[in-house]
Amino acid sequence: MSGRAVDKDLALRLEALRRDLGESVRIDQIADVVRAMLTGMSGDISAADLKLYHELESLAIYIHKARAEIASLRPREIQDHYIATATDELDAIVDATEAATNNILDAAEQIENALADAPPDLAERLSSVTTQIYEACNFQDITGQRINKVVKTLKDIETKVEALVAAFGPAIRAEEDHDRGAAEDDRPPTDDDLLNGPQLPHAASRQDEIDKLLASFD
Amino acid sequence: MAVDKNMKVLIVDDYKTMLRIIRNLLKQLGFNDIDEATDGSMALQMMRAGAYGLVISDWNMEPMTGLQLLREVRADPKLKATPFIMVTAESKSENVIAAKEAGVSNYIVKPFNAETLKGKMVSVLGEF
Repeated sequence: MSGRAVDKDLALRLEALRRDLGESVRIDQIADVVRAMLTGMSGDISAADLKLYHELESLAIYIHKARAEIASLRPREIQDHYIATATDELDAIVDATEAATNNILDAAEQIENALADAPPDLAERLSSVTTQIYEACNFQDITGQRINKVVKTLKDIETKVEALVAAFGPAIRAEEDHDRGAAEDDRPPTDDDLLNGPQLPHAASRQDEIDKLLASFD
Repeated sequence: MAVDKNMKVLIVDDYKTMLRIIRNLLKQLGFNDIDEATDGSMALQMMRAGAYGLVISDWNMEPMTGLQLLREVRADPKLKATPFIMVTAESKSENVIAAKEAGVSNYIVKPFNAETLKGKMVSVLGEF
């Protein structure tokens, strides 16, 4: 097969891909074309053909390896579990600190409202203290803004992971599912599995539910 | 000329907690006629409806930012003389320069304390 014949064959296969799938062709399908071409090469091979052969072979191996490595990172899991959980936890921090700050402000305002009934000397000292409380509550705004920046960064990463998964197509998912199936068995939870930290408000058990669960052992 | 503590003050911030903190600090300084807005466009509407002696505004808000509000205020013949203090976490020099070029009266970086707030108000309004 001469270089010209390879070009022609490659052009025909790429045209067929374009015809069937449009301009957006997945990388694994390109790898399939390369592999099919390499398999189909026979007869007299020139030095240029041989060089092309080796380069195409390296390319196919590289694509296959990259796909396997990306699949082993479980990009879907990063996207669907880790990033989603992290953003939910960060949102919960913002909500909790805001609620706590407002409770502190409520208390400070009550002190301030009571100043009229206090002796002047004490009123002055308490007023100074409430000022310090108001100043300290500034932290909530800054904390909230910093956390929102982190959430935005995580969402950017999520978008990039999504693009990566889309580029490599369903093959990534198949390899991920295969890996997950092998890793997940029916083993009992370890002590580490039990360390989940505080639950998000919608998922957390209330005290009465815990009491009920405890009572069920009696 | 003495500062009239009965002047209307408009505070603008999308964090309700921050509005509450600034309101309380202003009350401690003796300013009690305080209105609140949660973004620049709301503040602009309020300014066009009533005369404010001072605006204290955050920068990072949607849909209209504090900088856009400042530009709108300075471009409006009826509002352009209103003292305008920016209170923001944006502390890069390019932010301060942009605010200054837009006509900000003074600039406070969050987190701030009551003394800083009073000092900046004095520099804009005069002693009180």
